[in-house]
Amino acid sequence: MTVLSLFFYLFASVSLTSSVLVVVSRNPVHSVLFLILTFFNCAALFVLMGAEFLAMLLLVVYIGAIAVLFLFVVMMLNIDFATLRKGMSKNAPIGVLVGLVLFIEIVVSILGMNFEELPNSFSEAQITYNEIENTRALGMVLYTQYAYLFQCAGLILLVAMIGAIVLTHRKRDTVRRQSVIKQVLRSRDQSIDIKKVEIGKGTSK
Amino acid sequence: MIEVTLQHYLVLSSLIFTIGLFGIFLNRKNLIIILMSLELILLSANINFVAFSTHFNLILGQVYSMFILTVAAAEVAIGLAILVVFFRSKGSIGVDDASSMKG
Repeated sequence: MTVLSLFFYLFASVSLTSSVLVVVSRNPVHSVLFLILTFFNCAALFVLMGAEFLAMLLLVVYIGAIAVLFLFVVMMLNIDFATLRKGMSKNAPIGVLVGLVLFIEIVVSILGMNFEELPNSFSEAQITYNEIENTRALGMVLYTQYAYLFQCAGLILLVAMIGAIVLTHRKRDTVRRQSVIKQVLRSRDQSIDIKKVEIGKGTSK
Repeated sequence: MIEVTLQHYLVLSSLIFTIGLFGIFLNRKNLIIILMSLELILLSANINFVAFSTHFNLILGQVYSMFILTVAAAEVAIGLAILVVFFRSKGSIGVDDASSMKG
């Protein structure tokens, strides 16, 4: 038994436990925090596997952005979670049954397969990266072979950003906003009024 | 104990997938927990991709895994935005309350 397998079992058990707690915990804030723990342990597993760049991406993108977004939404909305939890125990047996059947099927198919050699269809796509580090190997294919896909990924994020802004933006009547067009199109006659003021009298009519 | 192989990672990812699926069944009414369960399912897919990628010494899987991360981030952003709008109009996030289109 090596140190590697010891760490694998540590990270795997913690991530499994915390992902169960994500699902069953009563308070959604706790769920989000356990989700963060799950992602953290999976990032550690990625490091064990040798995918360091993706591990760091998981830490920065998932824990830094998405999990915090979840936390933000859960805390911002004033939700009555007690009524949402009604009927949970009624659904649990069906969930356990379906999950168990699916899990057994997946495990049987995993154990029945031979993973020793690569399928033939992949043989020309093989890029060995034993000599160079993981990040460099990823960059070497991402910016050349998959450049268009990479651009598409950026486009997806842009669309998501615009969509989220458009969805959550709302106009309020109580807020006075600056209208640049109105300001620029204002003429001199509208804004300035020249009056002859006689001595001893005000301008008021 | 035995050495860690590809099968260990595959079983782990299928376990996380099953837990995510179970979460959707269990929290049928709570949209936020359903979104989190979807995150767990996508994470299990990522573990699968990375495990195969490092096992076969093929960088392709990690590229795909990055795209899955991108799509998951977009999905969560849009999903939470819809959730906020839904909460503003209905005052709750129950899935049962989303029945305006029901005939």
